[in-house]
Amino acid sequence: MNRRPPTGRRLINFLVSGLSVLASLLGITLLGWITLEVIYRGLAAINLDFFIKLPTPPGMAGGGLGNAIAGTLAMTGLATLIAVPLGLLGGVYLAEYGEDSRLADNSRFSANVLMGMPSIIIGVFIYAIVVVPLKHFSGYAGALALAIIMLPVISRTTEDMLRLVPNTLRETALALGAPRWKVTVLIVFRAARAGLITGGLLGVARVSGETAPLLFTALNSPYWFRSLGEPMANLTVTIFNYAMSPYSDWQQMAWGASLLITVGVLALNLTARFVLQEKK
Amino acid sequence: MNYPEPARVLEPSEETVETPRPAPKPGIKLSVRHLDFYYGSQQALFDNNLDIAQHQVTAIIGPSGCGKSTHIRVYNRIFELYRDQRATGEVLLDEKNILDPSQDLMELRRRVGMIFQKPTPFPMSVFDNVAFGLKLHYRMSKSEMAERVEDALQRAALWDEVKDFLRKPGTALSGGQQQRLCIARAIVVEPELLLMDEPCSAIDPIATGKIEELIYMLKTRYTIVIVTHNMQQAARVSDFTGFFYQGRIIEFGTTNQIFTNPINKQTEEYVTGRFG
Repeated sequence: MNRRPPTGRRLINFLVSGLSVLASLLGITLLGWITLEVIYRGLAAINLDFFIKLPTPPGMAGGGLGNAIAGTLAMTGLATLIAVPLGLLGGVYLAEYGEDSRLADNSRFSANVLMGMPSIIIGVFIYAIVVVPLKHFSGYAGALALAIIMLPVISRTTEDMLRLVPNTLRETALALGAPRWKVTVLIVFRAARAGLITGGLLGVARVSGETAPLLFTALNSPYWFRSLGEPMANLTVTIFNYAMSPYSDWQQMAWGASLLITVGVLALNLTARFVLQEKK
Repeated sequence: MNYPEPARVLEPSEETVETPRPAPKPGIKLSVRHLDFYYGSQQALFDNNLDIAQHQVTAIIGPSGCGKSTHIRVYNRIFELYRDQRATGEVLLDEKNILDPSQDLMELRRRVGMIFQKPTPFPMSVFDNVAFGLKLHYRMSKSEMAERVEDALQRAALWDEVKDFLRKPGTALSGGQQQRLCIARAIVVEPELLLMDEPCSAIDPIATGKIEELIYMLKTRYTIVIVTHNMQQAARVSDFTGFFYQGRIIEFGTTNQIFTNPINKQTEEYVTGRFG
């Protein structure tokens, strides 16, 4: 029996590890490139006016995206208020009560499908069932679309985080005579707290860059909003409109808005990581 | 099969423990009759019959997977957390069948406390860990609660080690301290029966020694059932011993008899370390 010479094996090893290093470098490079480009081009647009002024017509100096920032905050906020309690309860059902029952299996499957669904479809859906009957675009419709996108993210992370809590902890609390809901609220939630907060933050981060669902629901507006019942300015649709415009000052604003969203999402992700690490 | 005569009279000799409950008349605290247990369609316990004597320590021994833990997990119906597990037969606590569907589970679990294999402090302070059960079952003033918590920690031989750290998280204690914290948490609600499922298997020998001493002191006040893999431990702490094998109770008797003069051959082989 001849031993195979090690040269071929070494060569393959070298090639495969080399390729995987290259691939990961490519990923990091692209991310770095995008981030740097956004910072480089966006920074010029950022000043106080950017946050507090209304947009100006092309060609006019000054102005800002204050209304779009406010609109994005309001809609994301309302979406979070809708999606977090519902998603949390859904996750509690999946992890604590439904487990492997048929209803739980089906909801879990639906949540997975919903998570993978292109967000434009959610936008069109809300357009059809909210915007068309009411005959106008509104911040409520936008928030609803965002909430639908957040919901499965939050309920699945909630389920995963609750499942990480060891069963012995549930047994211990039950063995002391605690009813099931108290076990969940007082013990399991507390043990999974960092994970639950992370889930919420990631849900918010997930929707803060969404454009398509807002295009069909909140649309846009050049004014400050007086209520969520009217078309609402928001950062992503503004980027969409401004970046496509032929005016260089609008394009500048779009870069500024892109930078703002990038920083926001980055901050949410970092906070989520920080919260999880603190726990350990 | 051999049932114990619950005739051993208690010696109330422990001066470390405050007044024992009134009239600890030696009797049967809990009787198991024709208990069968199933994991799904798999039967795990076969016609278990057993009497637990009041204010005594009963040890349950046997090789891994023989159904020891499964057996005591019926006593507080904790197995019902899992939907595919089910028990049939009778478990009489003070002559009332606790497997009856009308049994109030919260009340059952207040009367039957449980200590688990791994220490399981809740993610909260030492004080709140112990107070958790109290808040579930009793309404009381803050000062009374503090007194009861201190008393339970005293009786769990943990007070001196934690009295300055009551606000620290329970998870920050050492493994042995955590297990005594769990014991304090279990006894603060004044259970009548205390189930211990291999309480020392995850902690070091010194901490084990402390817990064994503790068991000896606690039995004046509670009835204790302990599952253990450790034969010396069973011999040291228990008054009665049951030997389980493959879901059946092979032999039950006084610890002295089981260890020195077992009737069944399998029991003899197990306690002398020849199998299992």
